[in-house]
Amino acid sequence: MNIIDVLIEQSPALIIAIPLLGAFLMPLVSRINSTVRNIFGLLVLCLTGFFVGILASDVLANGPRLYIFGAKDLAVPMVRILFEVDSMSIFMALITMVLAFITLIYSWSFMKDHDGLDKYYTLVLLLITSTLGMELTGDIFNFFVFLEISCIASCALIAFWISEGEALEAAFKYIVVSAIGALFVLFAIGLLYAQYNALNIATLANVLKYTFLDKIILVLLLVVLGMKAGLVPMHMWLPDSYGRAPPSVTLIIMGATLASFYGVLRVIFTLYGNVLSTTMRFSIPLNVLVGWILITLAIISIIVGVAMALVQSDFMRLIGFSAVAEVGYMFLAIGAGIAALGTPYATTALQGGILHLLNDALDIGLLFLVAGAVYYITKKRSLDDISGLARNMKYTTVFFVIGLLAVVGMPPLNGFASKFLIYESVYQLNPILSIVAILCSILMLAVFVKVFYAVFMGPELPAFKNVTEAPRSMLLAMGVVAALMIFIGLFPNLVIDALVKPAADALLNHAQYIGTVVGGV
Amino acid sequence: MFSLESGSGFWNPILWIFIFFIAFLLFYGIRGFGKSAYKKDTDQTKAFLSGNEESSAEEMHVKASNLYWGFTTSMKTVYTELRKMHTGNASDYVLWFVIILAFLFLIIGVM
Amino acid sequence: MIEYIPFIAVVTMIFIGLYAVLFRRNLIKIVIGISIIESGVNLFLITLGYREGGVAPIFTSLPPGTTYPAGMVLPVPQALTLTSIVIGVAVLALMLSLVMHIYRKYGTLDVRKIRRLKE
Repeated sequence: MNIIDVLIEQSPALIIAIPLLGAFLMPLVSRINSTVRNIFGLLVLCLTGFFVGILASDVLANGPRLYIFGAKDLAVPMVRILFEVDSMSIFMALITMVLAFITLIYSWSFMKDHDGLDKYYTLVLLLITSTLGMELTGDIFNFFVFLEISCIASCALIAFWISEGEALEAAFKYIVVSAIGALFVLFAIGLLYAQYNALNIATLANVLKYTFLDKIILVLLLVVLGMKAGLVPMHMWLPDSYGRAPPSVTLIIMGATLASFYGVLRVIFTLYGNVLSTTMRFSIPLNVLVGWILITLAIISIIVGVAMALVQSDFMRLIGFSAVAEVGYMFLAIGAGIAALGTPYATTALQGGILHLLNDALDIGLLFLVAGAVYYITKKRSLDDISGLARNMKYTTVFFVIGLLAVVGMPPLNGFASKFLIYESVYQLNPILSIVAILCSILMLAVFVKVFYAVFMGPELPAFKNVTEAPRSMLLAMGVVAALMIFIGLFPNLVIDALVKPAADALLNHAQYIGTVVGGV
Repeated sequence: MFSLESGSGFWNPILWIFIFFIAFLLFYGIRGFGKSAYKKDTDQTKAFLSGNEESSAEEMHVKASNLYWGFTTSMKTVYTELRKMHTGNASDYVLWFVIILAFLFLIIGVM
Repeated sequence: MIEYIPFIAVVTMIFIGLYAVLFRRNLIKIVIGISIIESGVNLFLITLGYREGGVAPIFTSLPPGTTYPAGMVLPVPQALTLTSIVIGVAVLALMLSLVMHIYRKYGTLDVRKIRRLKE
């Protein structure tokens, strides 16, 4: 057994352990000086990224991988904490790592003038740890623990600019909503344990009967994770907290939000995978019912998100509302995929949804980076107070235009590739859904054209005559995201073949996920 | 090779860029036939406001919140409802969560 | 009937907590409400592990004559509850410190007045 095999075998645990250790070493390292701290942060992320990378290459080639804490093999599957990594989990972990790298590079310049940065970087690493944990774990109680860690870390990061009352308010609303949500998840976990005496997802999925209690569990998990992902009408915490958190960390908070979305996928496709085709009253199968519930909420999300974004005047809050709409697109695709489970276009819809997850992270992320750069230069939040920045901030303007075109789904950028898959497949389920989605995409264009006009075009205000371009590390971070977006836009099929198709197959083929733990299903 | 199949259609960014490039060349060629009467730094480049003086930048600036005035005014009923829904009260956030929870309990529980 | 009392208590506690969060205006009372929900859920987990006549699940010091593992209460829910309590303390501390800072900035603890972020 060579060294690489050993590393791959241990990597699920190391992916969690390294950033966790790094997080708690951070205050110590920060005492030396700020350069060492920045390099230490990057080093921790590089190491984690390396393990995610080798694990990804192994999982994509050889199928799901199991890591058992505290034992060599699985004598009693119920009582061990497992990490089960399949193509979907590793896809999410890769997205999280990309977002984490960008956050770190961007933070170097953006947070330079603030104090308390040792705590800032500690919280950032903790949030990355918890997001990765949510994505890699195969144990539902473990999922709850990481959910709570991510809730605590993101709440503290949202309140980081503690001198502003609004930041505290946003953080308080966030923690009230997510603490209650997490407690309901714990209640659902208790119900699961009461029925099946097991806590790991594969064993549970294997024995799940769809009793009355299972219905309650399904609703609890769906609603809580949907809320954490930002489904309307439970989305209101999202623009508050995205709008008030430091823009440098909004990316990883969004990573945690996407991990909740991953939780929805895991619950529906894996935990309830065996019972999805159960017929209920009026001979409606469960998958159709769940699918249409998600589609309804998704369409409301898209409409409300875009409509509210249109009337916002705060730059980051506006992007927060368009993030709600983007989450709606993902849920629309997933809902269509579930409702039409088994048809060819369901698979296309699922692939579109999963690709849109990546695109949403990059597009909205880039817009937040631009908003952060504008805030860094002008110290103004309201769009009414800013004007004519394109004269002095050429690169930022270019990045904003790329982000704008991508987020509204303009060819040939990445947003179009995924929205194309979503429109085409949802159209076959019901044409009206597709039409509403396209119309809202156009409204989204109107929203961002307004921002483009207000911030970058318009007359040059005397206050901004001497503004300069954003610092170099911020430009680098934006440039990396923009390059990734253009790459995905030009070669979408490369990404789909390499990452998205395996992820969609892993979701649809839940027997493999279960079989890795239970054996011989 | 680089086209994305959706089952009912396809999307090929490389082809699209190629066509766009040809369209751009055509456009550029047609542009060449135009007159070149533009002179820099003359009265020709100044804004003409029916003979009135041009105001300062702050006064001329159309604010972002005024941009879609027509749209938001014609959709006033919708926007009043939407604004009423976003109260900003933390209890209401939880209330919406409980409402959706109850609603889905009803649907999935009955079915 | 008697064996259902813990579950009734659990549901009652969760509803009392939700009532406090939804209809009380004071931020501290909202925090108390969340704490009550958490206690309710913890009580639920503990109740799950109960077995009639069971002993503490410490393998090395089982009383003689206990059947293993049927004679022990379930250890897993207790581990879950401990974890949940620890997390709950962290969340509670964070919430209370936020409430403190909000009071400094807004000068009020009324949840209806703490809504600068709306629409």
